[in-house]
Amino acid sequence: MEKYLKKQFAIFALPTILAFALAFGIPFLTGLYLSFCEFTTVTNAKFVGLDNYRQVFSDPNFINAFWFTVKVMLVSVLTVNIFAFLLALLLTQKLKGTNLFRTVFFMPNLIGGIVLGYIWQSIINGILVNFDMTMLMDSSYGFWGLIMVVNWQYIGYIMIIYIAGLQNVSTSVLEAADIDGATSLQKVFRIKLPLIMTSITIALFLTIANSFKMFDQNLALTNGGPGNQTSMLALDIYNTFYDTIGFEGVGQAKATIFFIVVAAIAVVQVFITRRKEVEN
Amino acid sequence: MSTPKANKIYYTILTILVLLFISPILFVIMNSFKGQFFISDAPFALPIGDYFAGTTNYVKGIEKTNFFRAFGISTFITVFSVGAIIIFTSMTSWYITRVKNKLTSFLYYMFVFSMIVPFQMVMFTMSKLADTLYLNNPIGMVVLYLGFGSGLSVFMFSGFLKSIPLEIEEAALIDGCTPLVTFFQIVLPILKPTTITIAILNAMWIWNDYLLPYLVIGVSTDYKTIPVTVQFLMGSYGAKDYGALMALLVLSVTPIIIFYLLCQKYIIAGVVAGAVKG
Repeated sequence: MEKYLKKQFAIFALPTILAFALAFGIPFLTGLYLSFCEFTTVTNAKFVGLDNYRQVFSDPNFINAFWFTVKVMLVSVLTVNIFAFLLALLLTQKLKGTNLFRTVFFMPNLIGGIVLGYIWQSIINGILVNFDMTMLMDSSYGFWGLIMVVNWQYIGYIMIIYIAGLQNVSTSVLEAADIDGATSLQKVFRIKLPLIMTSITIALFLTIANSFKMFDQNLALTNGGPGNQTSMLALDIYNTFYDTIGFEGVGQAKATIFFIVVAAIAVVQVFITRRKEVEN
Repeated sequence: MSTPKANKIYYTILTILVLLFISPILFVIMNSFKGQFFISDAPFALPIGDYFAGTTNYVKGIEKTNFFRAFGISTFITVFSVGAIIIFTSMTSWYITRVKNKLTSFLYYMFVFSMIVPFQMVMFTMSKLADTLYLNNPIGMVVLYLGFGSGLSVFMFSGFLKSIPLEIEEAALIDGCTPLVTFFQIVLPILKPTTITIAILNAMWIWNDYLLPYLVIGVSTDYKTIPVTVQFLMGSYGAKDYGALMALLVLSVTPIIIFYLLCQKYIIAGVVAGAVKG
């Protein structure tokens, strides 16, 4: 079969490869090179070595965006996973109408980040107007606003992953625990949690990666305001490219650092998942 | 087994949670029927009496942003991109899983690698390249989405293809089918479950995507998608029309919710499969 198919490279593989090279391959390689250059358009690049990277690490906006991103990530990963797990526990109690509840909780996940951001901007500003304030008066409103948006968007999604895990916990183990007189709490901590570690790993990394890379919600909710205090990394990179002139190289260097961090998270995930598979 | 009393408590908690979850949508719907100044003055009042503005917001929102055109552009880009991704990446995946050599394994790892690269890494150079090659139109967007979507799609198709036996395909080829006929008559139908998953994941992403169409097509053309239109209405300077915004938000969410209610079974299953594999 191989020899029949091999000659058909142009039909089977080429269209995808061309589109892939255009959208990803060429831009990735030139981007990597340009992070060591000073340029305003791609054609007038001048090699400057590590200059851009030096500027990145002394840029207060980038440092601020980094720590703000870490803060949003930590709080949202914790809240989303805890709420999602509790909901999943509730919805695996063999209640009638579980499907309807599941449908509703999952729904916000389908709405795009821009629309989500503006929905919450109008709600939060609607509440704050009673106190003669707006979200742009204090960065903590923007912070908690983002946490709300992320929770609303991801709880239902992560809940579905936990439900799938909990449904795989065999009933015979749970019945045995009942006979031994285990309380509901003991069953959750001693049986259910250890048996769904795979789902927990998946859910944790999904929430980590998604909150780390968040852009649309950040742009629509506060656009980084007040000042740049609520800019996350992706928005800071965007602003460096498009809101300031002459810093394209620095922006590309920031993007490269961002890429390395995101890739590192993904590699750790693959490593942990592989090790679990071996253990099982 | 849970007791009736415990059940009552569960249902009460769940009902409260459901109300909490849909309240943001209800808030937006409610305000979309209010005069724009009441939205900021009395955001939680019901749209009755003086507050009620009928469909003014909708008329203004649609006129201001040319919403139906944006809806058409979004639909065009999503439908054709998902179609292109399904057809071309499944063919490519079949090729690189069945033809074993250095080139195909290199290609496979490149596709997988692209999945962990954040968009910010390529956005500047990609949008410049797209401009140079005249891809700044809906058809060009289809090409770009094929490129960006190919990582996850090749990964998922290849994973499935590795698990199915070769005998059927080989029999077809021996019977004289060309590779192309074999692929479309035999292989693609077997791939159906994965195809549905990939179609849903890509459709959700492309429909909601903001940055790629914004950077490539921009706001000064007639090719604005729905997310770009929403951001354009709100992100620009000057007085903001919150009435039009509310109407626009309702209009943007409605197609997604209808689509969701029609095929929620596939959507939930597809998203779970995507999460586990991606």
